[in-house]
Amino acid sequence: MVETLRFTLNGKPAVVTVDSDRLLLWVLRTDLGLTGTKYGCGESFCGACTVIVNGEAVRSCQTAVKEVKAKDVVTIEGLAGDGPLHPVQKAFVENDALQCGYCTPGMIMNAYALLRKNPRPSEADILEGMEDGLCRCGAHNRIVRAIQAAAKEMHGGL
Amino acid sequence: MNEFEYWTNDAEETAFTMDRRRFLKTTGSGIFLFFRIRDFSFFTQEGPGRPNLKGGPSDFNAYLKIGEDGRVSCYTGKIEMGQGIVTSLAQMLADELDVNIDDVDMVMGDTDLCPFDRGTFGSLSTRAFGPSLRTAGAEARRVLMEMASEKLNIPVNDLATGGGVVFDKSNAKTRIAYAALAKGKKIERTLTDPVVVKKPSEFKLMSKPLTRRDAHEKVTGKAKYAGDIQLPGMLYAKILRPPAHGAKLIDADTREAANVEGARVIRDGDFVAVLHKYPDVAQSALAKIKSKFDIPAPAVDDRSIYDHLLKAAPAGKVVASGGDLSAGEKSSASVHEETYYNAYVAHAPVEPHTAVVKIEGKKATVWASTQAPFGAREEVAKELGFRTEDVRVITPFVGGGFGGKTAHGQVVEAARLARMSGSPVQVAWTRAEEFFYDTFRPAAVVKIRSGITGKGGISFWDYGVYFAGERGSEQFYEIPNHRTTAYNAGWVGGEGSHPFATGAWRAPGNNTNTFARESQIDIMAAKAGADPVEFRLRHLSDAKMKRVLQTAAEKFGWKPAKSPSGRGLGVALGIDAGTYVAAIAGVEVNRKTGEVRVKRVLAVQDMGLVINPEGAALQMEGCITMGLGYALREGLHFQGGEITDLNFGTYEIPRFSWLPKIETHIVDDENSPPQGGGEPAIVTMGAVIANAIYDAVGARVFELPMLPERVKGALHKG
Repeated sequence: MVETLRFTLNGKPAVVTVDSDRLLLWVLRTDLGLTGTKYGCGESFCGACTVIVNGEAVRSCQTAVKEVKAKDVVTIEGLAGDGPLHPVQKAFVENDALQCGYCTPGMIMNAYALLRKNPRPSEADILEGMEDGLCRCGAHNRIVRAIQAAAKEMHGGL
Repeated sequence: MNEFEYWTNDAEETAFTMDRRRFLKTTGSGIFLFFRIRDFSFFTQEGPGRPNLKGGPSDFNAYLKIGEDGRVSCYTGKIEMGQGIVTSLAQMLADELDVNIDDVDMVMGDTDLCPFDRGTFGSLSTRAFGPSLRTAGAEARRVLMEMASEKLNIPVNDLATGGGVVFDKSNAKTRIAYAALAKGKKIERTLTDPVVVKKPSEFKLMSKPLTRRDAHEKVTGKAKYAGDIQLPGMLYAKILRPPAHGAKLIDADTREAANVEGARVIRDGDFVAVLHKYPDVAQSALAKIKSKFDIPAPAVDDRSIYDHLLKAAPAGKVVASGGDLSAGEKSSASVHEETYYNAYVAHAPVEPHTAVVKIEGKKATVWASTQAPFGAREEVAKELGFRTEDVRVITPFVGGGFGGKTAHGQVVEAARLARMSGSPVQVAWTRAEEFFYDTFRPAAVVKIRSGITGKGGISFWDYGVYFAGERGSEQFYEIPNHRTTAYNAGWVGGEGSHPFATGAWRAPGNNTNTFARESQIDIMAAKAGADPVEFRLRHLSDAKMKRVLQTAAEKFGWKPAKSPSGRGLGVALGIDAGTYVAAIAGVEVNRKTGEVRVKRVLAVQDMGLVINPEGAALQMEGCITMGLGYALREGLHFQGGEITDLNFGTYEIPRFSWLPKIETHIVDDENSPPQGGGEPAIVTMGAVIANAIYDAVGARVFELPMLPERVKGALHKG
């Protein structure tokens, strides 16, 4: 069904008139031009499409756009906006926690949500929280280190 | 050795079509330096399974420009897929040229702007391209000093450079910037005689760790990949796929799909596609096509494949031999004959193959995820009937390749659909398509017969490799009587061998060969009652190999013991892309479930001169982590031509929970030429874990991946 949906996107009001059953991933990427959110598997196995909806990490490839109606959506583009890098992004840069970079937006959004819930995660908490994010280049150990560094820098707050 | 087996397209033998004048016309004023790969041996080596290179480089194949703004641009046909050359190449150039690294722009993989390059593979960028780039940087610096000498009226010998400026050694205030020297000029130089490059003691940037230069773009979502290219009027295409390789389309009813608002169905014989301005709508419209396929009865599956391959194998070719095998066998106290297997493995980059093609008149522009933009250009030109020079391939960031993106069928599909639809078209494979059309690492078999003398020395070594390719089959131990035979040398296979496409997979051939060789060496060490490190050292004369092994043992805190010691420690050695690797791993094995947990992996490399130690460490860590996959879990499931792995639910790749403690160490060898970095450390992962499993529980696993049931099976047997 074609609907006009309003929601908050990266801190600003957004409105789309679309078939509301369409998946958030594709509406973000094509209708809204936010290509930082990636397709990796289409079945929520990999996490490359992860965005934040009302503070929770969500797989946008499994989320109908109608589900974000009146909600607050943050994508990788909105994490820092035009300002300085978010501490999680900064930690990824400083720890070389990426290679090809394709899974990186999803990893960062997932790490962000993880730290929101658990600002002082143990290594085991990080491994568990990131478990469903796939990286083929093998940057995992660096990603863990980056999340630890970000947690430290944020002093337990976001 | 066999790096160029990656290249399988014989049509791609055009000489350099890049027109120097056209390049100069488009790039404005400045100082231009044209150069070519210095070491031609990388390009002219021939061998089994490798296409015969006609010609090879006949003109320059890279260049750099110093612009009026003082910025330095390096144009290269290489691409960035995560391996980090966007950083390390800039590091080399900036150091030789004495400019700030932030003033260097890398222009990569654009066939209109960059000169011909065969592709980014074989860990060649640093070792083959790097030395030439450094020489070009040094030459450009010399040109700038000569120009400054004229301008400042100071002899060249009294001048020095730094930070993009030439200055008087005795009075640094007398200076002139490179930008000023390049102003309004159009100076072309072609590099002919190699100039002297900097000695390691003179390095300011090289051999010092540098974090990735592309990280900021990648952490903000600004980095563009092929799928992020959106053009006005562009349509997303979804293509009807057969359920199995070899299946034939009988019938396709496309009426319902065509009724989807905005959808266009395009059909050309068996080739059926749905186009729409939204990819998800195109996908759901495609699902409405009712199709019937004639599927051939499966002749082979993932269990019967090894018997099939052994039957299909062509006659062997001896690739190395020495001594007398039968004399060796006679001198043996015991003889060990073993067979090693490994499954088909997918590349599975997180970014699937993607391409955008736009056609304007008789010209086409392509954005593609590819490791070989010039090969893609050739294929598109052929598909469209265009002249090669009328096709431009632009390579944005590539989301992982590992050898899989040296093949790029998606580019040709997008070109075909752009022509048929009259609109720009994006083809982005789904995960299922990525698994279906991958050029898998081939299933392969290695048979080894070897003996040991009463004194614990290896008496003979008779090695046969089937379908993996010979890269990494060269044994480097001191064995008096030996023979290495390759049955079908290439990883592409031949008629009647593999049920689907195979190709080069990160360190092709070598993962298979090193798994077999290093497992067998361990078996003999155990038979000889020797510590596996000590046994290896006793059979090594190569100083580099001894050094990496000794360093690894020392860093790990290795204490000699014969295996199985119950400690769960394994060792393996390998050489790939000129780099020497020693790895030691520690594992825990659950005897009940057969589950293996890798606790610690330490790898030591000798890779000659290291340009970016940080980038090199990153590649080693990536190799170790990725290597856990083929060692423990990755093996393609299939029934004939039907690939039954459609997504990561059944095809498992390494996850965070698998992560061992990873330690990497690179030995200092700065006076040797740089060697490969992207592949070597992965080759040891099969054997180092197999040997550690044996050390833990006394069970030898001969088949990759070492699934829990295989470990359990080995436990029952042993």
